[in-house]
Amino acid sequence: MSTESIAWPSMAAESRSFVDQLHEWITTVDHKRLGILYIAYALFFLVVAGIEATVIRIQLIRPHNDFVSPQVFNRLFTMHGTTMIFFVIMPVLFGFANYLIPLMIGARDMAFPRLNAFSFWMTAFGGLLLYFSVVGANGLYGAGNAPDVGWFAYAPLTSRTFSVGHSTDFWTLALLVSGFGSIGTAINIIATVLCMRCPGMTLAKMPLFAWLNLIMAGLVILAVSPLTAAQIMLVIDRYLGGHFFDTQAGGSAVIWMHFFWVFGHPEVYVLVLPAFAFASEIIPVFSRKPIFGYPVMVGATIAIGFISMSVWAHHMFTVGMSSAANNFFVISTMAIAVPTGIKIFNWLGTMWGGKIEFKAPMLFCIAFLFQFLIAGLTGIMQGAAPFDWHLGNSYFVVAHFHYVIVGGILFCLFGAFYYWFPKMTGKMYSETLGRLHFWLFIIGFHLTFDFMHIPGLLGMPRRIYTYEPGRGWDTWNLIVTIGVFFQAAGILVFLANLVWSYYRGKPAGNDPWDGWTLEWSTNSPPPAYNFSTIPSVRSRRPLWDLKHPDDPDWIYE
Amino acid sequence: MRSQGSNKWRVLGSQILICVYGSGAAFADPAAPLSPTNIFAPASTPAKSIFGLSLFVLAVTGAIFLVVFTLLLYSVVKFRKRPSDDGREPPQVYGSNQVELAWTIIPILIVVALFMATARVIAIVQKQKRLDTTIEVVAIGHQFWWEYRYPALGVVTANELHVPASDDNHLAPTFIKLLSADTDHSFWVPRLAGKTDLIPNHPNSMWIDPHEAGIYLGQCAQYCGTQHAKMLLRVYVQPLADFDRWIQEQRQPATVSNAASQGQRIFETTACINCHTVAGTVANGHFGPDLTHLMSRDTIAAGAASNTPENLRQWILNPNAIKPGSLMPAMQLSDQDLDALTAYLETLR
Amino acid sequence: MSATSITVSDQRTDWDHPPRGRVGMFGLIAAESAIFTIFVVAYLFYVGKSLTGPMPKDVLSVPILYTICLLSSSLTIHLAAKSLRRSNVRSFGILWLATIALGAAFLYGTATEWHRLIYQEGLTISTNLFGTTYYSLVGLHGFHVVVGLAALSMVMVFTLLGKVRAEHAEHVEVLSLYWHFVDTVWVVVFTVVYVIGR
Repeated sequence: MSTESIAWPSMAAESRSFVDQLHEWITTVDHKRLGILYIAYALFFLVVAGIEATVIRIQLIRPHNDFVSPQVFNRLFTMHGTTMIFFVIMPVLFGFANYLIPLMIGARDMAFPRLNAFSFWMTAFGGLLLYFSVVGANGLYGAGNAPDVGWFAYAPLTSRTFSVGHSTDFWTLALLVSGFGSIGTAINIIATVLCMRCPGMTLAKMPLFAWLNLIMAGLVILAVSPLTAAQIMLVIDRYLGGHFFDTQAGGSAVIWMHFFWVFGHPEVYVLVLPAFAFASEIIPVFSRKPIFGYPVMVGATIAIGFISMSVWAHHMFTVGMSSAANNFFVISTMAIAVPTGIKIFNWLGTMWGGKIEFKAPMLFCIAFLFQFLIAGLTGIMQGAAPFDWHLGNSYFVVAHFHYVIVGGILFCLFGAFYYWFPKMTGKMYSETLGRLHFWLFIIGFHLTFDFMHIPGLLGMPRRIYTYEPGRGWDTWNLIVTIGVFFQAAGILVFLANLVWSYYRGKPAGNDPWDGWTLEWSTNSPPPAYNFSTIPSVRSRRPLWDLKHPDDPDWIYE
Repeated sequence: MRSQGSNKWRVLGSQILICVYGSGAAFADPAAPLSPTNIFAPASTPAKSIFGLSLFVLAVTGAIFLVVFTLLLYSVVKFRKRPSDDGREPPQVYGSNQVELAWTIIPILIVVALFMATARVIAIVQKQKRLDTTIEVVAIGHQFWWEYRYPALGVVTANELHVPASDDNHLAPTFIKLLSADTDHSFWVPRLAGKTDLIPNHPNSMWIDPHEAGIYLGQCAQYCGTQHAKMLLRVYVQPLADFDRWIQEQRQPATVSNAASQGQRIFETTACINCHTVAGTVANGHFGPDLTHLMSRDTIAAGAASNTPENLRQWILNPNAIKPGSLMPAMQLSDQDLDALTAYLETLR
Repeated sequence: MSATSITVSDQRTDWDHPPRGRVGMFGLIAAESAIFTIFVVAYLFYVGKSLTGPMPKDVLSVPILYTICLLSSSLTIHLAAKSLRRSNVRSFGILWLATIALGAAFLYGTATEWHRLIYQEGLTISTNLFGTTYYSLVGLHGFHVVVGLAALSMVMVFTLLGKVRAEHAEHVEVLSLYWHFVDTVWVVVFTVVYVIGR
């Protein structure tokens, strides 16, 4: 039985001027529009931070290169890291969460639509504040410059003594402001998931996407807040003469590290859990099987959430902690590998016995599985603290975390873009361009990040604007840089695909993938009110039940 | 038939192993060094202990990788949708308690094994006791150079650390206390030990016992500011007799030479003495490296340039040409003064 | 193109959720607790580590009276919310005003304490580690009291304008959760600063 969708009063396109449309977008509180705003914002900064990375790699293509000065290089890696984490990955994940969660749980919007808008604009303003530093920071040479203290801004390098001018303050304030946005979004996600599920959708029946974002939101609340606290302390040190991190007054540089990494480690799970959410939605649909072991997937995620709060000092193995402390963090770090590894096996179990279709979303998710496996294993290597006394702060670490963030998270993100593009735009993307994007990017990814491990193993530390010849690092750095251009080409193809398909793509229909979750039951793109009637469900795959009334899921669950 | 099939797999397997070992050997063979800073070419006990652990960890993770990679590859190939597909959905399997239990228990066991191996090496490195023959060094990190003091031996030097070789006949490990005068740094000479940070108000310590004489390279491994990249490390491991001789030379005050007295006068009346010490003269500054035996070093500016008269002259004239952003100011001297000053410094052997 | 409607025959009539406002407020409280935890950890870490300057036991005096004021305000706000649920707007207004007064008294106490510390004891945020951690922790809490009082005052204004009725009881209770949180934080801060750290 089907219901007509309620006719929306038609508005002729010409009657809404550009200013009116702009006003609508700026004042929107609709979760779908805010989702798109987050995503567009993130794509812009992806290009900016990607250019920063490209310049970094050109500088490092050979020893003693002078493409940029050390001062510029140090700002580049600081801005690249800060931008990618806070103004690319977090916003794009929040964007997808905002767009999809209400649709997947059968709600009309998020719990607090105005808080949603407020959070987006806070995040957006934070990014603009960070980049304003390029002209506004009035550093030692009066020209204004971006922060150059590294994305984790260790004390006492960030004190007034060693960071003159205001560049560090731009870093601090930009992240403080966007941090409030992140916490707002997290509160919104939690309230939405806990309070707005449609009838019949118990917590045990909601899509894994909702579960993973719920736990991600909990982590944001517990993790971003310590960073906020540490940054307030830094501002007090820099402007009110405080001594939190003032080693001359008996303060501790190490305590900054603890506070930062109490944020920094759960933060990486904030980044990866939504990527797992994408994989957990895409892999089942393209294998034509339900997710293998839904209860354990939920349990493993909760375990990851808890354990992730206890591993932070594995970023500090070289700081000189006691052997007891080192041992503790070795155990906790290795322990978190168990639930994470379990997830890989569950995705494997999902594909096993299925009928896999290699459309673009699935290509990216399959690559994710292989690459995340490797990334996790290099993580375990670093979890063995003495091994980390070499690997830490070297290019091995840089390779590892890019393997997770690019090879894991970004690949899942590309999968998500392709998977939900038809829903968000009503058009189908070009599969040819999607494959071209995939192959260009994966070649570039492996050229860059596979070979990047090697200089780390040969003693190359990170954050150096140049390096000495004769250390055996030259060839590897050359290969790493070449890979960047393949990745850039892939991104350009991706952006072109998005734009071209938006205007010229074939109409996609409600359910191009024969999916099973609620977002595929409504129009593409969904109307402002999402559903004409609020659905009620009986299993984890309501559309499967509808399409297979003789063999519905709720008999087995 | 079956023996032929398994033979083929055995050959393939051994070929793979040879590749793995071959590349591993290339990494680890000091006779054909890939790099003077190769972490797989340990020359000192802490580095050797870590090397042993790393082989174990690599073997375990390598095995995990092979198993899971193979399973993933197999599933992607075997369970792909065929062109001849009948369009029906495959069996909808929701999970399997036995399988999920197995792939929980096995990783837990692996984690326990890895932890125990790790804890052992942590104990070896962090609980090392001092001997009577231990050499004590205090390393102080500065932006962007290394200060070394041998308190018991009365020596202060910079940037090039000398230690005695420590072999089974005569154990002479070196314990290094790590302090910082400004921001965070990290001491990393991969062939000798893992890195340990130098953090202000947080003294750390590490030890090395290099078995073979030679020069070991490394560099600062904790971002400390503009010239973090050129805060290089050079550790000179010498036979005990040579090391003792070096200590004796370093303890002497600066040799005074009449020929260079004009340069010495310039040194002592411009700002040089605010930052630098030359033992036995009025120069007693502590912000920059001790220059008493400057000419005994192979490099200047913490390894950024080799120690030649031209480089020395250039360094004094315009440090930013060699190490932009270093904290040594350009000395604004005339050409004659510069020549005289360089000549004086050349006498500080 | 029409959308598919998902309705399954046995509609649940017992479908219920926790109210959004409360869940959101608990989320905010969780985030704020994490921020305060870090400041408390810093305070405890630096106890006894100041290199110079006045030490806690030399200059701190235990603010018993103002603590009683603040903690009593939790009682009055609780009673106020209960009154509103029973549609007793007058009683609600009186108790709400009492809450604001008690909160303001607490702030006044903090202000006089700080005035004494700064001008008589010479302890400022930049004096030493104790000064830095003390003013930051107590100040962060005080800031949250100020924000709370601002919100409470807004409700007071609406009440005086006659716009607050029993149907707003849920909103008022959510706001009172925030106030209870502020009081709980004070219990922790009090213990850390005046009991443990002195």
